[in-house]
Amino acid sequence: MKQIVVISGKGGTGKTVLTGAFAALAGGGAAVGKIVLADCDVDAADLHLLLQPKIKERYDFQSGFSAVLDRKACQRCGRCVAACRFGAISENFEIDPVSCEGCGFCSHVCPAGAITMEEQLAGEWFISDTRFGPMVHARLGIAQENSGKLVALVRKKAAELSEKNGCDGVIVDGAPGIGCPVIASLSGIDGAVVVTEPTLSGLHDASRVIEVAQHFQVPSQLVINKYDLNPQMSGKIEAYCRDNGIELIGKIRFDKAVVKAMVAGRTIMEGGDSAVQRDVRRIWERLRF
Amino acid sequence: MIISVASGKGGTGKTTVAVNLALSLDRVQFLDCDVEEPNAHIFLKPVIREQEKAYIPVPEIDESKCLYCGRCAAVCAYRAIAVLPPQEDRKGSSLIFSHLCHGCGACSALCPEGAIKEVPRDIGVVETGHCGDMEFVHGRLKIGEAMAPPLIRQVKKHVDPVRTVIIDAPPGTSCPVVASVKDSDFCILVTEPTPFGLHDLKLAVETIRVLGIPFGVVVNRADLGDKNTDAYCQQEHIPVFLRIPFKKEIAVAYSRGEPMVKAFPRAKKDFQELFREADRRHQR
Repeated sequence: MKQIVVISGKGGTGKTVLTGAFAALAGGGAAVGKIVLADCDVDAADLHLLLQPKIKERYDFQSGFSAVLDRKACQRCGRCVAACRFGAISENFEIDPVSCEGCGFCSHVCPAGAITMEEQLAGEWFISDTRFGPMVHARLGIAQENSGKLVALVRKKAAELSEKNGCDGVIVDGAPGIGCPVIASLSGIDGAVVVTEPTLSGLHDASRVIEVAQHFQVPSQLVINKYDLNPQMSGKIEAYCRDNGIELIGKIRFDKAVVKAMVAGRTIMEGGDSAVQRDVRRIWERLRF
Repeated sequence: MIISVASGKGGTGKTTVAVNLALSLDRVQFLDCDVEEPNAHIFLKPVIREQEKAYIPVPEIDESKCLYCGRCAAVCAYRAIAVLPPQEDRKGSSLIFSHLCHGCGACSALCPEGAIKEVPRDIGVVETGHCGDMEFVHGRLKIGEAMAPPLIRQVKKHVDPVRTVIIDAPPGTSCPVVASVKDSDFCILVTEPTPFGLHDLKLAVETIRVLGIPFGVVVNRADLGDKNTDAYCQQEHIPVFLRIPFKKEIAVAYSRGEPMVKAFPRAKKDFQELFREADRRHQR
């Protein structure tokens, strides 16, 4: 079983569009159910808008703690305020749940035992069916922490499902950035497809996320999306790939049909025959992992 | 006044709006809080004056004082410390997983033997400088580092309240966004009128409402997509301050790292109007 992740560093370069296209290529037609899909952009998950999953199982994601003060027991000594490094307890002993990092330091120093740590409902996760195969996805609660843990959970469930059903592997839609959800989506993965766009920001951010992949010894391959919006910058990215030994596996042209497919709730591989589809098919064939 | 620019979905134009807003106003301080992937410097090309390392305090155990009682491991909410008590045939030992540590300080304060001191662990850098009369600050998270919020808080320590402070936030809705946007006087949410843009805008709106910050919307690439974003904003009584059309020339200027107001100076008055709207609503 193989697992690949689509990441980008910079947001909005086309991770989810490409993941959706891979889903259609790997699980379309007679191949339905050959792969498991996992949406690991848990704080702004969008893959479901292309795949319209039918939710079969739904679970709570309990993670992290938040301090709760019993006002009657509180002696207003101020030790909790002094202990908290996250500025979560005001001088009037109001606890701001958004600032609280759940460390529990306050509860340990309170002489009256007035602070308890309550486990948080930090989100939900789902096992669903799509027209291309099973999908594991999640929704992190608003302003919640622990997105890395939720990503790790989604990854684990997707891998288990793939093993159980004898699938070929898991295709993971990753998060933007280089922090905890991205690191969690890279752990134990066979390869990363990095999608960038021909802009200075796109190159800057892709090179940082490729470094992160290298740091965790994950091989990566690069795709330039909307390459024809600035051919000169695409040339710079190609030069960057040559100079740094990074494999460029394809370029996708800019086409308003991509937005149209999104509006219609389809992947770009469904319906018609377009140049964009040929671009993506070529990339799919050149995936090494 | 502190204005933050956030989005939910990535790549909708946060940095474009933040940078061009900053370039259209006087006495601005710019803070790039997208420490995982900072991009504003590409457009503003600041002269960096100072670089400081950012640290979080992590525990170090003095084995000569440690009695392996396990109190530190018991109080650590992040399971960053493991302690093995001594057995007949071997001495005790302790292990610290410093990448899991949030730097809360509970272990060192609560150790009955005073055996734990805190040592700094480097998580990235904060750079300060200027471009023209604009003050510039950004953070760069170290490669392989998972936790952005401590570095974001370090960037925000530089806030200069006598200036108009513009914060470029990271995408998403979780802790790095909250750390960036918290304590702003006003928040501008940038979206695009596509199903992805709208879906993530709704999440961003929920986040900003939890934080109780007044906000308005900028629609970027306003002519690519559908009408549902407008309908949503109307229904929720969310003001739409500015619509930026999709133009190849804007995209090309962006791709070269050239700010829109430099390529199209007339756009400046749109951003000044955006600021006045934000200011008016913040005053209410």
